[in-house]
Amino acid sequence: MLDWNWQFTWEILPRLIVATGNTLLAAGLGYGIAVVIGLVFALAQRTPFSVVTIVVREAVEFIRSTPLVLQIFFVFYVGPQFGIRLSPWTAGMIAIGLHYAAYLSEVYRGGIESVPKGQWEAATSLNLSTARTYFRVVIPQALPPSLAGMGNYLVGIFKDTPMLSVIGVAELMHTANAIGSETYRFLEPYTLVGVIFLLISLPTAAGIRLFEGWVRRKLGMVS
Amino acid sequence: MNAQDLSAFPMALQGDNVPMVSFKNVTKSYGSLVVLDALDLDVAEGEMVTIIGPSGSGKTTVLRMLMTLETINEGVIYVDGEPLTHMPNGNGLVPANRSHLRKMRSKIGMCFQHFNLFPHMTALENCMEGPVHVLGLSKKEARERSEELLALVGMAEKRDQHPSRLSGGQQQRVAIARAMAMRPKVMLFDEVTSALDPEVIGEVTNVIRKLVAEHNLTMLMVTHQMGFAKDISDRVCFFYGGRIEEQGTPDELFGNPRRERTQQFLSAVKEAV
Ligand SMILES: Nc1ncnc2c1ncn2[C@@H]1O[C@H](COP(=O)(O)OP(=O)(O)OP(=O)(O)O)[C@@H](O)[C@H]1O
Ligand SMILES: [Mg+2]
Repeated sequence: MLDWNWQFTWEILPRLIVATGNTLLAAGLGYGIAVVIGLVFALAQRTPFSVVTIVVREAVEFIRSTPLVLQIFFVFYVGPQFGIRLSPWTAGMIAIGLHYAAYLSEVYRGGIESVPKGQWEAATSLNLSTARTYFRVVIPQALPPSLAGMGNYLVGIFKDTPMLSVIGVAELMHTANAIGSETYRFLEPYTLVGVIFLLISLPTAAGIRLFEGWVRRKLGMVS
Repeated sequence: MNAQDLSAFPMALQGDNVPMVSFKNVTKSYGSLVVLDALDLDVAEGEMVTIIGPSGSGKTTVLRMLMTLETINEGVIYVDGEPLTHMPNGNGLVPANRSHLRKMRSKIGMCFQHFNLFPHMTALENCMEGPVHVLGLSKKEARERSEELLALVGMAEKRDQHPSRLSGGQQQRVAIARAMAMRPKVMLFDEVTSALDPEVIGEVTNVIRKLVAEHNLTMLMVTHQMGFAKDISDRVCFFYGGRIEEQGTPDELFGNPRRERTQQFLSAVKEAV
């Protein structure tokens, strides 16, 4: 029989709610970094400069083939040996942002490659510059097919934020651990963490699907 | 492949009657497949030249090379007297840099078989994109110009529709307006009616007739519609195997083809109709 203590549950809830704020902030910031840097990674792999292309492609491959938690440790603990001393938040955001940037760059790449060749040719025939072609013609069309993948990684980064607890970012997992070691009760904090993740993940996933449909309509593209 | 010797080509075409478009000894190949074989082709300013010929004879390639969508292996193309994908350097020609290419490209417009309208923009936005972001017109000027052209092609009412809401013929007319909005000197049409249902072909060909009548454009058109080619062209070129097998006025070429391959092609086309 589980001995679930409701009074204890209500006591720790406020602390966990505050920590939820940190989790959302970490996921949001990390995702923001990933969205932008991911685009840089994707575009860099399409430049005519083969050195850039190869370096970025290998970096993306490297990031995707090693565990996130290792990358977090690496940035936080190995950085200082090179004189780069970062706060847990900064190190965590860099690590998780770059990690997801690598994944998102692949999503973007797929989206960009799905844009028909004729669109590029039309842009050339109108004499649009390369930058204009990307930002006005290609990326808007690459977006709808990328949104599902982008949404998956938004939920993914959110679920990966507990890994930031290993370097002391005070997000949900870190807070639940702290509560556990203070009170020797683990059932309630961990259960609550699970419920909170569920309550955020599920609506987010549904929201992303609605957003996808809205973007397609907004861009005048029939789905 | 070795860089070709360009010393035989002038840095610019000068004198009276410089053609608007001039292919000089242009060769294009993909691997061992020679698609254009030492092509020489001049098109005078204001001339309407139609290219006909069997599938794979290099018709599309001619237009794509002019639009700088394909690289050139040998020879030089001149547009308005200046080399298209080369530029003068010292006393010879070298491959053109980006700014030269963009300058030359601004003289040329192209319409594609599959329209290639931007699906996330309305008809009007499609037309305004180039004038605003390439030519630097104000939104207002670009809008006026685009609306005028959409009216010319009979698409004024549909200007706020996205391409997905337009029929093929309507999309192609918007594509023509979009290309014209850049005020090119040379317009290229690559089988612009081939992807259309028979009943809407006329609305596109009528627009092209109108352009011929009202604008002093130089045009190169690839088409399989012999009737249309016959009554609109100043000259018809019959392509075969990457070369011009025969060319002449529509009356000469259609009425009295001299080469056997031309005769065969024309009678095969006639049977198919
Ligand atoms: N990117 C490419 N790579 C390899 N071969 C190509 C490429 N583009 C065209 N070709 C070949 O070049 C030849 C000429 O092609 P082109 O498109 O100019 O023919 P076309 O006369 O327009 O034919 P159609 O009437 O079928 O449109 C064809 O044999 C084609 O297969
Ligand atoms: Mg063709």
